[in-house]
Amino acid sequence: MMIGGPSVRPISSSRPWTFYALGGLFAAYLLFLYGPMLVIYILSFQGENGGVTFPMVGTSTVWFQEIIKPGQMANIPISFGRSISLAAVVSCITVVFAVSAGLGFRRNFPGSGFVFYMAVASLVMPGLLVGFGIGLGFRFLGLPTSLFTSALGAQLTWTLPFGLFAMFAVVNRFNRSWEEAAADLGASSWQRLRYVTLPILLPGILGVAMGAFTLSYDEYARTTLTVGPLNTLPLEIYALISSATSPTLFAIGTLTTVASFTIITITLIAVFRMQRRRTLAGLKVG
Amino acid sequence: MSGERSLPVTSFVFSRWPRLTWPRVRLPPSMVSWFQVGPLALVLVALVAVPAFLFLVVSFFDYDRTGIFTAFLLDNYHDLLTTPATWRVYVSSLRLSLIVWAITLFLGFNIAWFLIFHVRSAMVRTVLFLLCAVPFWTSGIIRTIAWIPFLGRNGAFNEMLMALGITHEPLEFLLFSDFAVIITYVHLFTLLMVGPIANSMAKIDPSLIEAAVDAGASRWRVMTDVVIPLSKTGIALGSILVFTQVMGDYFVVRQMSGGQSASIVSMLSTQIQAMEYPPAAANAMVLVVFVAVMVAGMMRIVDVRKELVK
Repeated sequence: MMIGGPSVRPISSSRPWTFYALGGLFAAYLLFLYGPMLVIYILSFQGENGGVTFPMVGTSTVWFQEIIKPGQMANIPISFGRSISLAAVVSCITVVFAVSAGLGFRRNFPGSGFVFYMAVASLVMPGLLVGFGIGLGFRFLGLPTSLFTSALGAQLTWTLPFGLFAMFAVVNRFNRSWEEAAADLGASSWQRLRYVTLPILLPGILGVAMGAFTLSYDEYARTTLTVGPLNTLPLEIYALISSATSPTLFAIGTLTTVASFTIITITLIAVFRMQRRRTLAGLKVG
Repeated sequence: MSGERSLPVTSFVFSRWPRLTWPRVRLPPSMVSWFQVGPLALVLVALVAVPAFLFLVVSFFDYDRTGIFTAFLLDNYHDLLTTPATWRVYVSSLRLSLIVWAITLFLGFNIAWFLIFHVRSAMVRTVLFLLCAVPFWTSGIIRTIAWIPFLGRNGAFNEMLMALGITHEPLEFLLFSDFAVIITYVHLFTLLMVGPIANSMAKIDPSLIEAAVDAGASRWRVMTDVVIPLSKTGIALGSILVFTQVMGDYFVVRQMSGGQSASIVSMLSTQIQAMEYPPAAANAMVLVVFVAVMVAGMMRIVDVRKELVK
């Protein structure tokens, strides 16, 4: 008995050898994933006179201070702020458009194939080319490229198809009989959406929001030709790599990881609480 | 479909509260879908289809140092396709993407298998999956250069090998080589394979596998005859994502190959920086068509749409 869902087998059954083989592979993958990251985390505490490689010359937090110190790195906090606000806007638009489109795709409508393949095309088109095309478009229209026009648009071409595909997975698991029950009980379509569909889909929608935020926050290729004069954080980091190499980059990486872990933990706790509340509410109703 | 089944196009719905009594217009279902999908479709048409059409147009234009001129020339394509460098870069990108595809497919399939079929608690599964995803929150650029102190001559990996007595002098091929490029791609893109495959596998009814095992199927047969056919959508999606990411790469080859090789897109960006828009547009057009043909081929093998949109 090697495989099977958790619901089928008794907990006490012994594990097959494949469990250990694949578990080993998974552990090795995690090691591979985090190995270089660990190096970054360690090197970000490099001593004042140390460089971007080993050996460590003492330890310090100079490189973290460097990030916020005015001077060469002065743009890091500002571009970080820009990236965050752009990512927030991108994430909101993506959630609204992708959730709505995901619901729309539940029935077959004329033109659904066209929209589907547009989304695929948008997903697979090399990012720099999308930016190039949008930049050309703005040039022809005589508009200047900027953060919240062209760069926002360029990022949407990446986050919207992602959001749509994620919504397919979310919507597929949704049982339509809930909606039908609501309709049979006299709910209007708005009430159905507001009190039945959206709450059930909420964890998936949160996933789309987080995914879109991340994709936007880290986006480089689409943004570089559309951003205009004000850089986002990835562009600023890229500029730093080409100009000077110092452990500051690693300090930024360490900070980002700490921030991600915090955000993920908070989200996880929120989702688990939501599930528990639902279970409790279900018990009361039942 | 309950909401849209009513026959009259216009109907009055009275709710219990008088102030909510509106004459309501019932739209035909396909119209409703169009309203729901419309915003997304509009954005994609305006920001992907129109720009793609633009560089199709520009790719026929003429140019010199002062600007670009309306024309209908095939020179840009001719120059591009007769340059040996173009073919070299396409062959090397294709080779890289095949290698990376094979490695990420192997890793992605097995990791997804482990997470879905071997991990028993949903909580542990979520945590393990997030562990895979966390590095994704760190900038890809930083994750790429993270390999430099790891693989370098005095890097952590070489130090480790020497400390363990496996090698006696630092290995030189680790950094600034195809090896480094492939390692970095695998590091960056394996999750793109794990996600879709795990999503497909999670939908497989465990009783199917039980049935196969009860009917005497070996582990191998269960994998080849039950799991792989049922997770082919995920495999196809992951493959498409990894392949297009490698073909569209701009940064990794430039940074990790030590200047020995170029990628298609980095070649293109050099042209853009030199303001040579028409040849850059021709180059872009060729790349888009190439990627589109490859992706269409993959989607021909697996009807992704039928599986995704039910």
